[in-house]
Amino acid sequence: MIFADILSATILFAVPLLLVAMGGMSSERSGIINIALEGIMIIGALCGCLFLRYTDDMGFGANAPQLYMLLAILIAGIAGLLFSMLLAFASIRLKADQTIGGTALNMMAPALAVIVTWAAQGQAQTTILIPKWIRISQESLGMQPGTDFLSRMFFKSLYLTTPIAFLLLIAVIVFMYKTKTGLRLRACGEHPQAADSVGINVYRMRYLGVAISGFLGGIGGLAFTVAAGSGFQSSVAGYGFLALAVMIFGNWKPLNILGASLFFALFKIIGSYAGSIPFLPKFEGIKSSEYIYLMLPYIVTMIVLILTSKKSRAPKAEGVPYDKGGR
Amino acid sequence: MMKPKQTKSLRGTQGLISLLASLLSIMVGLLVGLALLSLLNPAHAFSGFLKILTTGLATTEKMAKVLYQAMPLMLCGLAVAFAFKTGLFNIGAAGQYTMGAFCALTVAIALQQPWYIALIAAALGGALLGAIPGICKALFNVNEVITSIMFNWITMYAVNLTINNMPIMLTNYWSKSTIKDRTAPLMDANPAGILPKGGLDTLMNSNYINIGIFIAIGVAIVIWIILQKTVLGYELKACGYNRHASQYAGINAKRNIVLSMIISGALAGLGGGLYYLSGTGQYTLVKVLLGMGFNGIPVALLASSNPLGVIFSSLFISYIQVGGDALQPHFIKENIDIIISAIIYLSAFALLMKGWIAKLILRGSPRNANLEVPALNTAEASVSDPDTTATAQAAQKEDAQ
Repeated sequence: MIFADILSATILFAVPLLLVAMGGMSSERSGIINIALEGIMIIGALCGCLFLRYTDDMGFGANAPQLYMLLAILIAGIAGLLFSMLLAFASIRLKADQTIGGTALNMMAPALAVIVTWAAQGQAQTTILIPKWIRISQESLGMQPGTDFLSRMFFKSLYLTTPIAFLLLIAVIVFMYKTKTGLRLRACGEHPQAADSVGINVYRMRYLGVAISGFLGGIGGLAFTVAAGSGFQSSVAGYGFLALAVMIFGNWKPLNILGASLFFALFKIIGSYAGSIPFLPKFEGIKSSEYIYLMLPYIVTMIVLILTSKKSRAPKAEGVPYDKGGR
Repeated sequence: MMKPKQTKSLRGTQGLISLLASLLSIMVGLLVGLALLSLLNPAHAFSGFLKILTTGLATTEKMAKVLYQAMPLMLCGLAVAFAFKTGLFNIGAAGQYTMGAFCALTVAIALQQPWYIALIAAALGGALLGAIPGICKALFNVNEVITSIMFNWITMYAVNLTINNMPIMLTNYWSKSTIKDRTAPLMDANPAGILPKGGLDTLMNSNYINIGIFIAIGVAIVIWIILQKTVLGYELKACGYNRHASQYAGINAKRNIVLSMIISGALAGLGGGLYYLSGTGQYTLVKVLLGMGFNGIPVALLASSNPLGVIFSSLFISYIQVGGDALQPHFIKENIDIIISAIIYLSAFALLMKGWIAKLILRGSPRNANLEVPALNTAEASVSDPDTTATAQAAQKEDAQ
């Protein structure tokens, strides 16, 4: 049973990493380093959670939970998209340094979230609580609540963000590798001058890349807050940066990113469940030995990265502002 | 293309343009802050804005607070700036800062050594941690950003684990209190481990002030000298501009990457040491990363990665943060973060703004007005030909990946 719980939690925590890392990928594939993912997640989560809170306060949310959850996801995505346009404007239109713009947004987002939370909920109310009804249970689907392995794995903590994330994964794969626009977008991240010479509008492609990353990042922020479970507290606990790491780990490819986020989430969950997994060593003589397992995902990721680094390849033109007149 | 004679005066002008662009960013950022305050609470907006601007200088006590907070900010800013100069993004300053704090406190509390030994330990601890992303980048080609992020977390957990298993480090070992989620106050554990106040505490009527700020400023000057006046600094910067070109010229790029990260880590570690050896803060065992290392990034960016600029940008950011603390109860202090982020965002437009300012200043001399002004590193003196700077910079950004 514990393994069903672990798998369930792994999927739950892999979803935000997957979404945000895919966002980072679509931006970097177009040539823009999106270090602002952390900030984008916060803004997405803020708007999504505020909306859910509002529907709950008004009393109509619980009538059609998944409809409002879907709307919240859309709102989170659009909020992230709009916020990411600040980065796009600075780094594409004004050719500013992408790291600087991203850092500014990362600073701005949590501060803005705190201010908005206070303004919306009154002083010292730093947490936006998420209503309980957003969870998809077996009852809500008209099924018999089961206690077997599979129902525990799938339904212990199932939210609409999970199926949506897998749909978006498929959408991103199709878009990136099966459409003309996707090919053009990738070309802009590798050799924008060449892309321009065959008539591709590099600026537009890069705006598109950042917009996708903002949309996915915003949804990822909501997915993280839902997974964390304690409501929105103007932070996503560094998941935006972790997603950046997952993206590099996944070698800027969607399926590898899926694998990387599942891998990372699995070790993270093993870390927090370590006490109840029978065969893991317990480190009796050491105080607070849970820290050993909390370090685990980061250490394992590092080892894997070192072992696989020879194959790692970033988009060639990322981070370089495109100048039509440049050489 | 430029004649060497002209180049010199141009550099002076470029420095001025850079400074003006930063000041313009700051002014516009502050206006954004004023607009935000008026939006949130119109009745107190103007008085709040004045508080931001004046609190830092209102009393000697507040001035001491500004200097106290600027001290770790300055070193973290230097750490980030130094790595930027070599084309590396050291986002791991948070971990290195934590490591510095841990080493300093261990040496001061567990080993009962005086403050200067503890500071050396802090720098060494930070350097050790900084070396890891450097080595991973140089030998295994692992992106330094990802290594740094991973080691931020690993360090935080490892430090918490170690301190938990060293009862001598905790508060309850040294006093009758039952607090065991933070390190012992240095006043109880080892008064010799506290940074000397040098009489500044009575002069400024504050417990926060100590000689640490002078150490920080001194380090900034030393870093500036290393970057501008030594072969090492030249090589490091050359690697930052174009690693392949510098390798071709016989510079050992791998060694320089590791070295740059070691120095950067040592700076952040020293920052952690200075802050926790001030005797006013105790390291608390929480499961979140310390924000100070991340705050070094805006400090470095605002200063265009110039070590001397970092002195002023850290003082400025600390100054308006102290002003922001005084905003309560009418506003929350997060308003200051919005102002700082607006300033950083605007400074990202440096290229654009410098173009405008250059046009304004150099009006009447059209050749100079069309001069390409690079975004970062503008105050650079050692790049010989301004015409190559723009391309070198593009190469630097590419290499930074």
